[in-house]
This record gives sequence, structure tokens and C-alpha cells, in this order.
Amino acid sequence: MTQVSATTTDLAGPDLRLSAEAEAPPPGAAGGYWHAVGRRLARDPVTITVTVVLLGIIFISLAAPLVAGADPYTGSVLSRLKPVGTPGHWLGTDETGRDLWARLCYGGRLSLLAGVLPVAISLCTGGLLGIVAGYLGGIVGTAIMRTIDVFYAFPSILLAIAICGLLGNGLSNSILALAVVFIPPMVRISETVTAQARQLDFVEAARASGTSTMQVIGHHVVPNVLGPILVYATSLISVSIILSAGLSFLGLGVTPPRPEWGLMLNSLRQAIYVQPYVAALPGVMIFITSMCFNLMSDGFRSAMDVKLNK
Amino acid sequence: MSDTARLAASPFTAFTKSDPRDRGGPAQPLLIVENLSRHFPVRGGLLNRRVATVRAVDDVSFAVRKGETLGVVGESGCGKSTTARLLMRLIDPDGGSMVFDGDPVGGRGGISINAMRRQMQMVFQDSYSSLNPRMTMAESISYAPRMHGVPRKQAAERAAALLGQVGLNPRVFARRYPHELSGGQRQRVNIARALALEPRLVILDEAVSALDKSVEAQVLNLLGELKARFNLTYLFISHDLNVVEYVSDRVMVMYLGRIVETGPVDDIYRRPRHPYTRALFASKPTLDPDRRTTEMPLTGDPPNPIDPPSGCRFRTRCAFARPSCADHVPPLASPFGAVAAEPAAHLVACDVPEAQLAGEAGHA
Repeated sequence: MTQVSATTTDLAGPDLRLSAEAEAPPPGAAGGYWHAVGRRLARDPVTITVTVVLLGIIFISLAAPLVAGADPYTGSVLSRLKPVGTPGHWLGTDETGRDLWARLCYGGRLSLLAGVLPVAISLCTGGLLGIVAGYLGGIVGTAIMRTIDVFYAFPSILLAIAICGLLGNGLSNSILALAVVFIPPMVRISETVTAQARQLDFVEAARASGTSTMQVIGHHVVPNVLGPILVYATSLISVSIILSAGLSFLGLGVTPPRPEWGLMLNSLRQAIYVQPYVAALPGVMIFITSMCFNLMSDGFRSAMDVKLNK
Repeated sequence: MSDTARLAASPFTAFTKSDPRDRGGPAQPLLIVENLSRHFPVRGGLLNRRVATVRAVDDVSFAVRKGETLGVVGESGCGKSTTARLLMRLIDPDGGSMVFDGDPVGGRGGISINAMRRQMQMVFQDSYSSLNPRMTMAESISYAPRMHGVPRKQAAERAAALLGQVGLNPRVFARRYPHELSGGQRQRVNIARALALEPRLVILDEAVSALDKSVEAQVLNLLGELKARFNLTYLFISHDLNVVEYVSDRVMVMYLGRIVETGPVDDIYRRPRHPYTRALFASKPTLDPDRRTTEMPLTGDPPNPIDPPSGCRFRTRCAFARPSCADHVPPLASPFGAVAAEPAAHLVACDVPEAQLAGEAGHA
């Protein structure tokens, strides 16, 4: 990153390094933990690449009216299932002759929303519940964990279907249903890592110096458990995109003709022998997006893990 | 050195001899613990019922005098660390009371637990897990003062000064993370962290046990220097008898959650009275071939604390046990006629007469 620090570390052996650090600004002036995370992220090309790709996908989705170049809803029966590279439809057309590029652009909006929002909701609620349960333990912890166990009695997709069926179809209901589905595993993960972290001596030391429970959680527990929880959450995003696609397919989530990658994949699957490349495109988008989220979470985990810092 | 100047400016140097926080005078013990108990329930079966109780610490009473080092020895699982955590109130006691410098702790008319914690700090055995891996050394040390309202800049200065006082150059170590330090260096930082709140009593829970012998010696010397400089009182918990002899003024021997013998270090080491203490010292290897270990060392593991023996807990492994030992718990009393009320008295919890102990087996 910065030229100066790079050269000193490269040139200096252990002895020189001491002198280099001796010239460093006095303690307290140094950036905190998050500065260090930022510095490490900036040195990781893979994470930067996937983050840029993700930002690109998000940008195209948000700017769909500007970049799509065609209406995602109107198609022509005459131009059904055109191959990739057709003039006017560079990514081809779908089974009703709608421009696939336009539908992919617009579809990204709903797919990303359906992928990210349930995870974000479950991260906030489930993460909080899990940290509270793991830190406090005892009766509160048992109450939270046993309640969560009830949700484990149902297979997750059936639970989502049941909630969707109860609330009626529509995007917001499917998001809510998926959030409920993701809360139990999120609580489990955060409860486990928190219960481990709270037994560490530095947490006890902080308590022993009269730090309040909220401060102990905020300063000592959360920074040390956030890594695994965030990694798990980002890995759920791809699951969420696929599950919401499944709900749409069953008529419980997004309803046709609104574009959504999962729904498009489902309706195009009949055309897989006619136009395999066109039919695969929504799936490719789901794949790239979830891959990027997974790699990004890996990168963040490494950057947040101080021990890996060389 | 600029460090010296910084030290002089630090509020830390303000009290080397006469401590303004001293309330009870020199004769008032810094900490009095009475009938401290902690029983852990063992749960199992249907509905998580309490099926048994581990008496980890059972009816423990002692006093720590101002400026002394009280050593606590005993086998693994005898309740040494639980006692330390009870004193810090990291776990709540089931019973018992504490008096800190004349003030009852946690009760009406006394000082709060947090007020006590400011004056009492702890150094843990595991130097790595007792430092937050996400915090630099300066952040770890200055954390507690900042939580108590010391401004960031002042707290950072105090952290730098403390790093210097534990023998680590603040310019080098302040911005390092725990994994970048050796075990000895980390334990020095832990000591600095414990001192950051300017405590009067420091509990050292196996603080040097995990270190190399050479590093251990350095840290022990450092502890001695800091004790003199900051007028500290130590509660030194260790299973290493040699180290305890070296650092302690008085020693307390624990067995299965109870104190079996306490007294001045010379008395305990030269005239151990309780059969357990004798066996413990007999198990200590000697370097002198003329003074080989003759007394029978302890065999077997300590009994399960879930179901401790009735009466004297040591009787199942004791060479001198008599039927009457099972009847009642022997009180901690003076065997040599010293005044029991005196905090420095040599006290033993054993009913077997001295003559009988001496007659059956001689000890070195």
C-alpha cells in the first residue's frame, strides 16, 4: 500500500525493524483495529477484485433503466429464444422474446434484495440473540436456545413455504420468510462462538477491571466473534438467492412477469436444449454473485484475523 | 531517558510509601475473607436436576496483610484458582464475606464490588488468552483506565509508562499485537494491564507457571521490583513450591477446597505440621543427596470433590488417619499455642497430636 512502510519492511531485518518502529508516532496516535483491517484488505487482490465485481453487479442492477436498453416486460413472439449475440439482443431473448440483458439487469435488483435482505435481518436479530445467549448463558441463554431449537424441527425450505403460504405471496413476505429461516442457524453460530470467547481470560480480565457488561460485549466479545459470524452470513447470501428463487418457482415469492434470476432460471430451463447458453445465463449470474460474496467473506475473515497478519 | 521524565509525570509514582487510599492503618489487614464458599451444581438426568455438588471452595477464611505476599499452594483442583476468581467476583460466592481494608465488600455501608475491583487486580496464567487479540498492547493496558473515565491521551501515556516499568520499550511494543510477543513479554504486558488501575492487591494466579525457568526468574524479579515501587500486596497462587518459598512471606496450603495449614513461610517450609503439607513437601525433589526423600510421598489422585470424604478431607490418603478423623471437620487451630487471632499465626486443621506425627515417621 504505502510505499514507505513497504520498503522499510522489505529492507529491514528484525533489528532494523525495531529502529523503524522507534520512529513511529507515539502510541495512541496509531489507527485502531479497523484501520489495520482496511490496510490488510487493500493488500489482498482477490478480495478487491470480487468486491469490484460485486459493486459492478449492484451498480448495473440499480442503474437498470439506464443500461438495460430495452424493456424487460415487452417481448415479441417473432424473436423468441434468440441466441447470444443476436443483433439488438446481445444476450439473446427468453421464451417470450424479452431481451435477456434487460431482464438480467432488472432481475439483479430483486435477486440481490432477496439474497441480502433476509441475511441482513437474520444477522441483526439472530446475531444479537446469539451473542446475548452465549454471553449471559444461564436461564436467558437456555430460553433463547430452546426456543430456537423449535425452528430446527422443520426443514428450512418447508418452513419458508409454510410462512409464505401463511402470509400470502409477494416479495416482502418471501424475504420475511427467509429471514425467519436464517435466524436459527445464525443464533446457533453466534451463540457458540460467543460462549467460547467469553471464557477467554481477557474477557474475565475486562470484567475484573469493572467494565460493564455492555462494554465487555461491545469491545471484547463482538470484535472477536464478528469474523466467523460475518463469514457465515455472507455464505448464506447465495443460499438465500437460491431459496428465494425456489419460492418464486412455487408461486410464493416474486410473481411473473417480474424479472428475478431464480424465476428466470426456472422458466428458461425448458429451453435448455434449444438455447443452452441463454438458459444458463441467470444461473451464471447467481453463481458469480454468490461466489463473489463467498470470496469476499473469506477476504474479510483473513483481514479481520490479526493472527494472519504478517 | 525520556521514559524517566514520563514516569515522573505519571500519577503512578505518587504513592510509593504513604498510600492516601490507606484507611485502616498498617495493622488492618488489606483483605479479610471469611467463610468463603462456592459449590458448583452438577446437573444431569431428566430436567437438568442437581444430582451432585462440587465443593470447589468450602468455608475458606484467611487474611492478607498489607504489603505481604501470601502464597497459596496445593495440588491441581484444590480450589486455588476458584478462590482467586471468587475474590475478584468473577464468579459469585455461595456464602462468605470479604472485608477490604476495613470496608465490607458488596454490603450496606461498605464498598461496592467495582470499587474493590479497582483496588484488586488479577494476572492470569495463560498470557495469550488474557490479552484481547484485536487490541494492541497500549490499547489493552489503557483499556481499563479509559473505562473508568481517564481521557484517551492520558491513558495512552500511562500505558506507555507502564510498559516501560515492566521492562518493555513502549516505542517498540505499544503498537504490537499479542501474537507478536513472546510468552514472557506478554506476561509482562499482563502485569502492566493489571497495574493500570493502580491496584493495591494483585492476585497472581499461576502467573509465572507457564514461563520458561529463565523468563520466570526475570518476571519474579520484576514482580518484586513492582511490589516495592507501588506498595503492592500479592496473593501468589502457584503449584511450584520453590517459587512460593522464594516470593512469599506467608503460605496457605489448600486441599480439596479447604485450607489445611497456614503460617509464615519459614514455619511452613521448615516445620510443616499437617500430614498433607508434609507429604506435599516430601514430594518436592531435593538436590542434596544426603537429604533424600524418606517420607512416603502422596499416592493416587485427590478424592473426587463431588463426593468429598466426611470429616477431614485428607484422611483417605493420610498415613496418620484415625477413625475419629471421619467424625468432624478439624478446625483451623494453632498447634503451638500461638494466639489464634494473630493473622500471622501458624494454623493447622488436623486433630492428630503432634507427638504421634513425629513418632510414626520422621521428616527431613
